[in-house]
This record gives sequence, structure tokens and C-alpha cells, in this order.
Amino acid sequence: MNNEPLASFALHLALLSLVAIGGVNTIVPELYRHFVEVRGVLTAQQFADLFAIGQAAPGPNVLFVTLIGWQLAGATGALVAAAALTGPTCTLAYFATRAWDRFKDAPWRKVVQAGLVPVTIGCLGAGALVVTRAADHNVVAVLITAATAAISLWGRINPLAALAAAAAIGLAGFV
Amino acid sequence: MSDSAAPSRSAPITPKLSELFVGFLEISMSGFGGVLPWARRMLVERRGWLNEREFAEALALCAFLPGPNVANLSVIIGSRFRGVAGALAAFAGLVIAPLLILMVCGALYSRFGGLETLRGALSGLAAGAAGLLIAMVIKMTAPLASERDIASLLFALATFILVGLLRVPLYWAILAIAPINIAWCWWRSR
Repeated sequence: MNNEPLASFALHLALLSLVAIGGVNTIVPELYRHFVEVRGVLTAQQFADLFAIGQAAPGPNVLFVTLIGWQLAGATGALVAAAALTGPTCTLAYFATRAWDRFKDAPWRKVVQAGLVPVTIGCLGAGALVVTRAADHNVVAVLITAATAAISLWGRINPLAALAAAAAIGLAGFV
Repeated sequence: MSDSAAPSRSAPITPKLSELFVGFLEISMSGFGGVLPWARRMLVERRGWLNEREFAEALALCAFLPGPNVANLSVIIGSRFRGVAGALAAFAGLVIAPLLILMVCGALYSRFGGLETLRGALSGLAAGAAGLLIAMVIKMTAPLASERDIASLLFALATFILVGLLRVPLYWAILAIAPINIAWCWWRSR
């Protein structure tokens, strides 16, 4: 792997997964900072591509992190990424579900959860910013981004259809 | 949909390990661009493993926990029926197919990602995917805006500025903002 041992890659992802409050998309800006800006092992365009493939593929879209693992260290990297990202939090989930009945109605639980919502939104906003900046190099791309967002917000069609249309526009050579 | 129509017995059916595996495999393969709506349809409506209230509570726990929500959901539901083995079966069912597909995508991307025609399609796709993320942010912000929850909006903005503009490592930003915001919510709830 380019200048980062697999073990430290795994540790980094495992730690990040534990602060991924509100889903894995919240760590997108940190993944970008780390792999594109600090380590320089991915270009901005590659990052945007992998994020998009992860969104378009079936299944939990969080598996786009496995694509980063693949890009860095092939099949081993992909498996290590998937294990590091899901292992710690799934273990936590296993034990938390036993305790959940005791603390689900506790006042502190609601306070903590409400208190984390703005942090999640801020992180997702930052992720949207880095992905948009990495993906949109021209007017057509900006228009596609705006149209997809609008369709997802107000449209009655599957967002996946919007993604397919976006890819088709790109394939036709307009982006 | 309605709770009254379905009997609200707790866990009317106890799935076998193989059923947990296949059930979550099915969820993962139908969930293009987000799995949760499919999970509800499969778990509550089709298989009747959970009633609406149980599903909502499992989701609330997932939202409370860090990490991939749907992976957590598979562990929570699998372990509830069949302990550790159930958790592993459900989790394996959820990730196995997408993992294989994404590894194929990864291999194809490594090999052909630079080709001119594919380059165009990927650029379009990337622009579209960015739009989906923007929409998600707007959807989550809208309730705060309509409640005129200025404090929460300001905390969200502060996180955005720290992480998105100042490029502060995510850990530090969360450690800085989350305790203050939680303290504020606690103070406000009194």
C-alpha cells in the first residue's frame, strides 16, 4: 500500500467508525481529508468516482469505503476496510441492544441524541461540500448536481434513475 | 402499515439462521441507494418478523449508535432472534453480495477508470451522487429550520465550518462541538 501500512489504515477506519454518528456518510469529509489531502493516495476525482460508485451500487452505500480499500491494497484492502468499518460498531450494537430497553426512555438518551443531530448535519454538509467540489468541474456537472438534489427532494422518481440519467449525460460526452 | 391491523404480538415468528441470512441478503440486493426503506418492507410487511413499533425501536437504536446504520440493524435483529450466531448470519447476508459486487467494481475501476468514454459516465455519476448527498443534508436541516431551532442550526453551521471549510480533523470537531451541544440540549430540556 502506498506509504500507509494496512494495520494503521484499519485502525484509522475503526476509530472513525466510532465517531460516525448518524451513519457512515458523516465521515466522508474526514476520509477525503485523510486520503486525498494528507496522504495524497487518491486524487479528488478518484475520491468522487468511488463515492459515486458506492452510491450507485446495490446494498449499504457505506461500502464505498471498501472501494477505497480496494484502490489502496486490492482485495485484501477491501476486506480490511469492510471489517474495520463494521466490526467495532456492530460489536457495540450487539451489546447495546441488550441494554437498550433499560436506557431507551432515559432522559439522558434523548438529550444526547438530540444534541448529536446538528453535529451529524454539519458533517454531512461538509461531506457534500468536498464531494461536490471534487466532482463538479464545469457548468454541466453543477447542473447535474443541482438537478439530482432537486429530484431527490421533490421528485417522485427513484433517485437511482436520476443517477442513471447523470451517467448517461456523462457518457454522451457532455460533462 | 397500521399497527391495529396487524396483531402486535412480540416477535410472532422466530426465523431460522438460514432465513436471517437470506432475508438480509434480499434486503441488501433490493436496496439500491439506501437500504432502510427496503428493510422495513421486508422485515415488517413481508416476513412479519417485527411489528411496526419494534422496527421503529430498532431503528432508533441504530440512529443512536455510531457506524453503518444498516449493518447495526442486521446485528440487532439477528441477535434478538438467534444470539451471536443470528447476528453473524444476518450481517453476513447483508454484506456478502454488495461486498463482492463492489470488489468487482473496484477491479474494473482500477483497470478501466481512465478510459475516455467511461471517464465521462463516471463524471456524470459523481456529479449526480454529490446531488444526492446535498439533498440528504437539506432534508435533515428542514425540521430544525421549520422549528426555528436557531441554536441547533448554529451548532450545525459551526461543525460545517470546522470540518468542511477549516478542514479540522473530524475527531477534534466532534469532541469540541458535541459536548457543548449536548449540554445545551440538557439545559434547555430542564
